Amino acid sequence: MGDKFLGYRRENGTVGVRNLIAIIPSVFCSSKVAQRISEGIPGSVHFSHPVGCSQVGDDLDVTARTLIGIGRNPNFAGVVVVGLGCERFSPHELAEGIASTGKMLETVIIQEEGDSLKTIEAGMRHARKMQQAASQQQREEADVSELMIGLNCGGSDATSGLVANPALGIASDKLVAQGGSSILTELTELLGTEHILARRAANEQVAKDILTVIHNMEERLTRQTQASHNVKRKHLISTGNYDGGLSSVVEKSLGGMKKSGNAKFVEVFAYGDAPTKKGLLLLDGPGHDGEATTGEVAAGAQIICFPTGRGTPTGFPGVPVIKITGNPRTYERMKENLDINAGTIMTGEKSLREVGEEIYQEILAVASGKMSKAEVLGHDEQFCVTRMP
Amino acid sequence: MIELSNLVAGKTALVLDQKDNVAVALVDLVAGDCCVVTDDAGKKSELSITEDVAFGHKIALTDLGKDSAVYKYGEEIGRMKVAIAKGGWIHNHNMYCERGMK
Repeated sequence: MGDKFLGYRRENGTVGVRNLIAIIPSVFCSSKVAQRISEGIPGSVHFSHPVGCSQVGDDLDVTARTLIGIGRNPNFAGVVVVGLGCERFSPHELAEGIASTGKMLETVIIQEEGDSLKTIEAGMRHARKMQQAASQQQREEADVSELMIGLNCGGSDATSGLVANPALGIASDKLVAQGGSSILTELTELLGTEHILARRAANEQVAKDILTVIHNMEERLTRQTQASHNVKRKHLISTGNYDGGLSSVVEKSLGGMKKSGNAKFVEVFAYGDAPTKKGLLLLDGPGHDGEATTGEVAAGAQIICFPTGRGTPTGFPGVPVIKITGNPRTYERMKENLDINAGTIMTGEKSLREVGEEIYQEILAVASGKMSKAEVLGHDEQFCVTRMP
Repeated sequence: MIELSNLVAGKTALVLDQKDNVAVALVDLVAGDCCVVTDDAGKKSELSITEDVAFGHKIALTDLGKDSAVYKYGEEIGRMKVAIAKGGWIHNHNMYCERGMK
């Protein structure tokens, strides 16, 4: 058996590392009401977004699956769905998608309640009841195989690919070796390493899936560089990358890919979906920090691990984000926002493997209740549903 | 802008994977420097630097022949256009990789 952490076991067997109430609007029109409900009930979080209506096809479908996935995330003991009443993405469809988790669930609809004030009141009454019920649940021992971490880097500098990402990869490998899960995404940052990723596939189908999603991403980027005025905007590696010492796109992308360590990929899955397997996973998602981590949380990730060389304060509602910097100066300047100083590798105080272990231990501590700095400071900027062209 | 080249004291470089045949300079190095190279497990060794290598750039850990593979992160990142001796600077002036250039 693997290492243990203390978490909240849900009815469907999943384990949360937090025990919060999620207030989720089905459409942007009910976002402010959702926010007001959450402001009235400490211990709840809200998921304001600009979508849910005037969308069609894949775009609407991704919005639907992502919001359902957020509601299903085990960090939430209960969910209040807040609808307007006439939106394309029905609040009832959102609630139905969450219902099979067995968690506490209520729906309030502005056009049915009468007005926004009445809906805020109805929502607060539901959330109050859920919060009190959740407060009676105790943390219990769970195996690390129940943990899923999301990987994403942002505000990168040269130290990210050099020390922070490889150290995070060591932590990810240790979690995956014990049956846990880790999600790599940001496909735009992986171009050029597809042959290496495919070699790390657990079987032929996964290798094929990896090559397909990377190929599709590159095709999309190629289409965007067809116009003659974009002819100088097609290289995957920049002059600045060369100046910094990166000699090829393979070398550049490896620096990002290495946050996933050296484990085998067991599954490639679509944005808005949850994986069907445990282990190292590849999410077909974009490079935008918020869209990437939102896809990971919708997939069930209870914790996000986020290397940042320049330093960024962002967090995610209801999901702890562990910030790791490889730059010792950034750590000194932004200590209030950064959890792990991987700059100790740069200064020679610690080895890559030692910092990898430090990150792994921080993941276990945060899983058992230690708040990350972004969480304590209330940062929640990362929630951001991706759009389909 | 943080001056990355002045992050740490001493002449140091890092090897990211046991398979690698390059180290990455953690400070600006100049020809003639005796550099302390640390591997992923923290084991240290010394290397004489034969030409200037800026922060973040790569140093050959062994002699490499023309067309031999350059390994960083345990993976091939390109091949040598020309031979290089241990302690030399590897970059796109003497290393090639077609991927992503067309």
